[in-house]
Amino acid sequence: MADSQPVQDWLSDYDIFAHEFMVDPYPVMREIREGACPIAHTDRYGGSWLPTRYDDVVAMAQEHDVFTSRQIIVVPPVPGAAEGAYGAVAAPPITSDPPDHHWHRRLILAAFSPQSVATFEGGTRALCNRLIDGFIDKGVADAAEGYAQQIPARVISAMLGVPVEMADEFTGWVQGALDLQNPKGRLEARMKILPFFHAQVQDRRTNPREHDLITTLVNSVDDHGDPVPDSYVIGVCNLMLIAGVDTTWSSIGSALWHFAQHPEHREQLRNRPSLWPMAIEELLRAYSPVTMARIVDRDIEFQGCPMKAGDRVLMAFPAANRDPRHFPNPDVVDFEREHNRHVAFGSGIHRCAGSNLARLELRVALQTWMERIPEFKLVDPGAVTWAAGQVRGPRQCLVRFPVATSPVN
Amino acid sequence: MRVVIHDDICQGHQACAIVAPDVFGSDEIGNGVVLITGDLPAELHDLARRAQRNCPEHAITITD
Repeated sequence: MADSQPVQDWLSDYDIFAHEFMVDPYPVMREIREGACPIAHTDRYGGSWLPTRYDDVVAMAQEHDVFTSRQIIVVPPVPGAAEGAYGAVAAPPITSDPPDHHWHRRLILAAFSPQSVATFEGGTRALCNRLIDGFIDKGVADAAEGYAQQIPARVISAMLGVPVEMADEFTGWVQGALDLQNPKGRLEARMKILPFFHAQVQDRRTNPREHDLITTLVNSVDDHGDPVPDSYVIGVCNLMLIAGVDTTWSSIGSALWHFAQHPEHREQLRNRPSLWPMAIEELLRAYSPVTMARIVDRDIEFQGCPMKAGDRVLMAFPAANRDPRHFPNPDVVDFEREHNRHVAFGSGIHRCAGSNLARLELRVALQTWMERIPEFKLVDPGAVTWAAGQVRGPRQCLVRFPVATSPVN
Repeated sequence: MRVVIHDDICQGHQACAIVAPDVFGSDEIGNGVVLITGDLPAELHDLARRAQRNCPEHAITITD
């Protein structure tokens, strides 16, 4: 089946780039999950497997020696990316396997603990307020492009200690790097990101800064006590940009898209602000933005599927999080859900290292919006556009709201 | 009731601290820690059990 042909059968020919899947993937995920085999396969884009049940996705995530992270993208690697001066630069720790994974991850976890990311709350709130200042008098705004998209690149820039004025450029690089159907654009984006961070690393070696993550990384040591190579630091920065921007903006956008259509949920949070933390978790479950890939290490049979060494597996966390075996009424957003063992941030050793920062940005972005724009709705539900591929969220999402609904603070 | 987080299983999701912040917190790398040493007060039992059922890694053990 050619990659561009319409899907005939989702179980044997799924296409994560198909328009139908992009606009609303959940009916397709349900069809596969409840079908003859809950692990779909496709020959498209070099071939991949798609587990859709929670238990299967989690079991694979836990078996990291079988389902390795040597590649995490569902399409084949970009030709040329493994060559030249930056050939050895990956995106640790997400692309790392044990034993190196241990120190690759250990060195960044402290920066992303709840205590550490809390220092960015005030700046994030001020940023959100500035963005809202720009459109609150207009009565209409693009909640995705004009708000959600603007936030994570600026927060991560502040965290990395790189110029916040470059945030729009960073966003463009990330979009290029994640444009999975455009290998040339991906390579171009990579060759902007890596030299930029290489220069930052060289700068920190001669001009170390305080409270600066790149400086901390440059001065850190691996498990043997040796200084970490530049390729590691550049790779971590590469990951923080690519994994920290598109994902979080997609989450914020999906949540605003949801709230625009559910005034009862806005009211519930107004009346019971203590529900916010659970609301964030439920929105992460229902609208999980990220699907990661794994590479099968050796020939195995998994749940009756004959997987070969080198096969790709798409870890459909969004499908797992709507599995009715673990989440009753999975398509209903319920902020009072008792059991929410969601895996929006993955499971096992590759649990998203930035999850606490993502939660903070999501909460602050939503709370600030709802304080200042308590009433809003979609201008045209059919005109909302969505990103396809391994990160899902709205890209254009126009909302309308009454002008001067709240005093400017 | 006593609550234990198994450090070798915890991956730092922070689900426990979100559900039951009076019982669970975070260490310096974001892994879960139990804030209350010894017996858990009765009024926190339900929250602790709920946190256990929200841990994606099944890293929490509760003994009555």
